[in-house]
Amino acid sequence: MGNILIGLEIHCQLTSLKSKLFCFCHEDYRSFKPNSNICPICCGFPGTLPLLNQKAVEHAAMISNALGSKIPEKIMFYRKNYFYPDLPKNFQITQYNSYGLTSIGSAGSVCISDSKTIRIRRVQLEEDPGRLSYDSGNIHNSNHTLIDYNRSGVALVEIVTEPDFTEPKEVRYFLNKLSSILEHLGVCDTALEGAVRCDANVSLKGGERIEIKNVNSFREVEKALTYEISRQTSLSTRNIRINSETRHWDEQRKITRIARTKEEEQDYRYFPEPDIPLVMLGKDFYTHIEKLVPELPDERLSRFKSKYTLSDHVANILINSKKLADFFESCLKIYYSPVEIANWLVNDLLALIGGEETVILDKLKIEPKHMAELAKLVDEKKISRSNAKQIFTEVFRTGQTPSELLSSTDYSQINDENLIANAVDLVFSSEKSAVEDAKVNSGAINFLVGKVMKMTKGRADPKIVTQLINVKLAQLGNS
Amino acid sequence: MSNLYDLGALEAHRGINQGDFTAEEYVWSIIERIERVEGKVHAFITLNKENALNDAREIDKKIRTKEDAGSLAGVTVGIKDNISTHGLKTTCASKMLENYVPPYDATVVERLKNHGAIVIGKLNLDEFGMGSTTEYSRYGPTHNPWNLDYVPGGSSGGSGAAVSSRECAISLGSDTGGSVRCPASFCSVVGLKPTYGSVSRFGLISYANSLEQIGPICRTVEDVVTVMNAISGHDPNDNTCFLLRSNVPYLHIKKDTAPSSIAIVKELIDGCDPAVSRTIYSALDKFKEFGWESTEISLKSVNYALPSYYTIAMAEASSNLARYDNIRYGFSLPVEGFEWNTYISNVRSNFGEEVKRRILIGSYVLSSGYYSKYYLKARQLRSLLRQELLSNFGKYDLLVGPTMPVLPFRIGEKIDDPLKMYLMDVDTVLANLAGIPAISIPAGHSNGLPIGLQLMAGPFQEQKLIDAASLLENAIDIARSPEI
Repeated sequence: MGNILIGLEIHCQLTSLKSKLFCFCHEDYRSFKPNSNICPICCGFPGTLPLLNQKAVEHAAMISNALGSKIPEKIMFYRKNYFYPDLPKNFQITQYNSYGLTSIGSAGSVCISDSKTIRIRRVQLEEDPGRLSYDSGNIHNSNHTLIDYNRSGVALVEIVTEPDFTEPKEVRYFLNKLSSILEHLGVCDTALEGAVRCDANVSLKGGERIEIKNVNSFREVEKALTYEISRQTSLSTRNIRINSETRHWDEQRKITRIARTKEEEQDYRYFPEPDIPLVMLGKDFYTHIEKLVPELPDERLSRFKSKYTLSDHVANILINSKKLADFFESCLKIYYSPVEIANWLVNDLLALIGGEETVILDKLKIEPKHMAELAKLVDEKKISRSNAKQIFTEVFRTGQTPSELLSSTDYSQINDENLIANAVDLVFSSEKSAVEDAKVNSGAINFLVGKVMKMTKGRADPKIVTQLINVKLAQLGNS
Repeated sequence: MSNLYDLGALEAHRGINQGDFTAEEYVWSIIERIERVEGKVHAFITLNKENALNDAREIDKKIRTKEDAGSLAGVTVGIKDNISTHGLKTTCASKMLENYVPPYDATVVERLKNHGAIVIGKLNLDEFGMGSTTEYSRYGPTHNPWNLDYVPGGSSGGSGAAVSSRECAISLGSDTGGSVRCPASFCSVVGLKPTYGSVSRFGLISYANSLEQIGPICRTVEDVVTVMNAISGHDPNDNTCFLLRSNVPYLHIKKDTAPSSIAIVKELIDGCDPAVSRTIYSALDKFKEFGWESTEISLKSVNYALPSYYTIAMAEASSNLARYDNIRYGFSLPVEGFEWNTYISNVRSNFGEEVKRRILIGSYVLSSGYYSKYYLKARQLRSLLRQELLSNFGKYDLLVGPTMPVLPFRIGEKIDDPLKMYLMDVDTVLANLAGIPAISIPAGHSNGLPIGLQLMAGPFQEQKLIDAASLLENAIDIARSPEI
């Protein structure tokens, strides 16, 4: 895998803006009926002019700053000319650096591990086209292509990396980190459908560059790349030439399919957009942007490790989702037990919600106050860890507080050695063969502990149980 | 003057305001005039008769109730048909927009309406403003009121001819490379191209965004001032409109004007029609009589003006006109049975020949490998030219020359020679490339054909143009309107 070069082109919508990039229609187009979030400007009516949304420049500059990119003194917009049905003016207003660095960011970098940095070639602000839909679901068996302009003109930031990735796994790390950065900046809600999209280009040593387009979620990118690399590898082992082309990711079939060859590629005839004067940013702008950029994932990670003494692994998982990290810190405000709470979130909560869906965190029934209370109960040894897990599952399911659950069912821990000793005696008399095993095989002790725990409905303090079993086994051995 | 349609904007406004006649009477007079001469002149694409009469009645109601009816109350205005009018067809004289009814008013139209002006109709032009004769209109050529066999100039030929033939008091044109001043010159009326950024372009259907401005065509300098005061100034709908007006009114007619220094540009007067240069020189003598200093200067970059202009204009046009794909608006051509690319090429074959030529050349100069060779060079020449012009405005108040190097010519005479047509714009494109204001003012006639004098000033120095044009207007009595 040493000869692979991968570069990315990521598009993210500036979802927290109120209006589109060049008009006053809503940036959040998702709740509208088709073609009801439109105006003469975003439909490219004759005589209309783009009116630059200053807030969009600010948000794009925040992204640029967070990716360590240089923000120039003046920015310019260009026209990218091509005919496509979703593009009402048949050109897109975007930025372009071939005739001087005038996009909102260039020459940035993002660390994805201690030893690996990905260079950012440019960050640019541009408009999203409309959306095409087909009367019977897909292009192949529909008579008509329908156009919905609700999305047309939505502010989009394009982030282009250098081809610095050498394996798909790195791409995943990078995209996770980028999502977290965007969430921390509060400029893009990556959970919204279509809010982030990614194109990738892959080349094997000696082969030409293949572009993969149409990857509509970050999660699919790694799969598309893995597929594409194995496809290219098998071609090159058979000495079949890899030609430069654009391929589409087919999400259903999990394969890439050819879209167009290099020869068919367009000449976009870029030139400066005459309707938008140069935007002079100035010194005040830079200081303003620096103030707007909050604590970012890297800083937050080192703070989590130093202040809360979390392991690198645990801290990373928390930081990868701003919502999870925020949840964690909200818990700490109520009850301060960082390592305990972090472990609950990273191990138990993520297992229950299924790993990658941390973005839905604000829709959960479990709240920081629940988590804090539970951690406190465990710390104070009022409940056993295994009961705590049961309670945790119940809180997650119902949203009841741990103390409510505790009073309705008896989960309180049994610390009374006499009571536990009775249970141990009962288990020893009913599990004779296991006891014999345990005499010679210390691994079998766990089985006996489990039986005692089961008998006490998990309420016995497992430390005392183990201790008493060991004592009893020793007595039996000596007799 | 015996007819209401003879009145200029200010005269008509005063008459209506003072109750000498009603706005409705005045508009009827204009409509009758149009019905009488329009068959010969063909200045209009669309008439707005019923709405205009209703608007006039509204104005009359306001006057009766002593409400403020505005500084242009009742005045009839014709609008070039590439300027958007809410609910009124705006065709750009193109098949592509033959059924297009804008859902909004251009800022200039809205402002004129707010000042009480009445839109009487939409005026003919070369398709999308591309031409200097109005012969490239989908709806047929406009005829010069001074000689109906002759072109009225272009591209705002309808705007020039309608004002000259008294079919409306005032009109709006748009000037990308001379399109207001050329017809003003050919029709013996006054036309102003304002400083780039002083009049909103919102609603003007773009031909070449970085060059064009909307400007008034009127029979008197005074009317130009009135229209400019109504339409100019900052507009939140146009990021390139940045004239913040601290003085209202922005422009005015002065009773006494202190002498200024003027420079005649050698390159603009050399090689023009002898009848034209004779007229220009005798007009200059008038300025000298008033104690104005006049010098002859040479502007080297004038030689590069046309290639620079046409490269930039066509490049921008090729992109601006890409949107006409007949999907959201346009003309009737059902989509059934077409695949996207075939439909688009079918639709776009309906552009006129001159428009196609400019789209093709414009696409060529922007394509990769040619950008630096043509488009970038053109922009560099443009900034050289601008610098040279601006440096001269440090020394002289005004630059002067003919508006057009030739007299109006016969319809059809030059239509087969596009290059000859382009060369006629040599005097006017300078102001567009430099973004400076320029005015064309009638200076004389030769064999019954009008000749215009052009004055250029530094950015936002429209007042200097008004002063000089006003002086010349008082010094030489040139007829603005012929009998038809």
